[in-house]
Amino acid sequence: MAEAIVFYTLSALILGLAVAVITTPKTVHSVLFLVLNFLCVAALYVLLQAEFLAVIQVLVYAGGIVVLYLFVVMLVNLKRPLEEHQDPRRLGRIGLGLAGAVLLELAGIVVYSYTREPSVSVAAPAASPVQGNIEELGWLLYTDYLIPFEVASVLLLVAMVGAIVLARRES
Amino acid sequence: MIETVVIPLLKIAVLLNAVLVSVTFMTLLERKVIAWAQSRLGPMRVGPYGVLQAIADPIKLILKEDITPIKADRMMFTLAPIMSLVPALVVFAVVPFGGDELFYITDINVGLLFIISVTSIGVYGIILAGWASNSKYPLLASLRASAQLISYEIAVTMTLVSVILTAGTLSMVGIVEAQHEAGLWYGFVQPVAFVLVLIGGLAETNRAPFDLPEAEQELTGGFHTEYSGMRFALFFLAEYANIIVIAAVVTVLFWGGWLRPFPSVDALGFLDLIPGWIWFFGKMFVFLYLFIWIRATLPRYRYDQLMRLGWKVLIPIAIGNIVVTGIAKVLL
Repeated sequence: MAEAIVFYTLSALILGLAVAVITTPKTVHSVLFLVLNFLCVAALYVLLQAEFLAVIQVLVYAGGIVVLYLFVVMLVNLKRPLEEHQDPRRLGRIGLGLAGAVLLELAGIVVYSYTREPSVSVAAPAASPVQGNIEELGWLLYTDYLIPFEVASVLLLVAMVGAIVLARRES
Repeated sequence: MIETVVIPLLKIAVLLNAVLVSVTFMTLLERKVIAWAQSRLGPMRVGPYGVLQAIADPIKLILKEDITPIKADRMMFTLAPIMSLVPALVVFAVVPFGGDELFYITDINVGLLFIISVTSIGVYGIILAGWASNSKYPLLASLRASAQLISYEIAVTMTLVSVILTAGTLSMVGIVEAQHEAGLWYGFVQPVAFVLVLIGGLAETNRAPFDLPEAEQELTGGFHTEYSGMRFALFFLAEYANIIVIAAVVTVLFWGGWLRPFPSVDALGFLDLIPGWIWFFGKMFVFLYLFIWIRATLPRYRYDQLMRLGWKVLIPIAIGNIVVTGIAKVLL
């Protein structure tokens, strides 16, 4: 019961903050709402007893990536509104279309997960010889999910090399 | 009810008060030590040998007028000092001051990561203080400070990985217990990591010789130039609380926390007569003194030297240290 209350409060907060991110006129304020949003998501992870994921969420998103957002926002002058040279009605239509697509996708996921056998999706992972949150995660990453994990690492490496190449060319 | 609510709340109250009081006296210690290093007497007027200066300063700060610049972003200007102080205090939740459960508020299985991630939130206070002041020097200083914090955070976090590898756990209590089992403080097992964390800690708390964000000669004081009164005091509290955090973390990770020296040598068993928390505070004090000593001794780095040290020296050494630790862990 208490868990449900906390869950719904957090969910409402997350959604409310997400709306605040896109409606606040000042960019710095909206970035800060994004930080709060990430912190609430981290609290949600704690509720699911995934403490490691929660801490990583705070460290990587709230503490790392958004700081870089803030840098960009503070260094780049964003005072000029973008709509000046664009038809506002066309933007509205595109937005409506995108929102509809996301809604359809979410509805599809909900319907799919309801109709599917629940036992398949929560199949216990291969018996791991280790105990504990972090150990379990590490074990899974290096056994069952080795290929996705390595692909993701290569992707990040490529992005890093690309960033360096772009920065070099300018100077 | 008493077990889960009252006792933790009491512990939190005691700890917060202890931290804040030690911060005020830390400022006095700093002034005194720097004065001695420069052949001066330091504060002498308030109380015997100026001891009460530590109490006079906060009173002065509280009574001063609190000014908000007209062009400042009011909400952010108010929030920024709070956002830099709160993370610095929250971190103490997982610092074990002694082996007994009485001496720490909680022991979570991701303790060390919790400290890293919460301290990484503290940078918002600095960035926003500079931005909300709407004034050029604070903005420049806050950009400097946050670039410095992010760079050195990477180096410190990478270094901590090798400590985690050695201990095999992320829990702060677990790390000290692992040192007890090994019979050796990790300062001797991981000397490179110890030095790196110490340097990175100095840089992350904006202490000399890395105090570029507060370089008075170039920036008229730093990101808190426009702040006055109690809000300025909050930044000060945050900075000194962070120094205490670094000292505590270094003590736990490398100097055996509450363990006595040479925990495996039975002949030194009489040292156990001194309770663990006294050992802990003694070691912490050594590091606090060391930080002040460094400030009184070393000149400030230039900004490009600082960045070069962080990215081209500390991070490669940290990665090399991880590799060496991993190989040693597999072989032994």
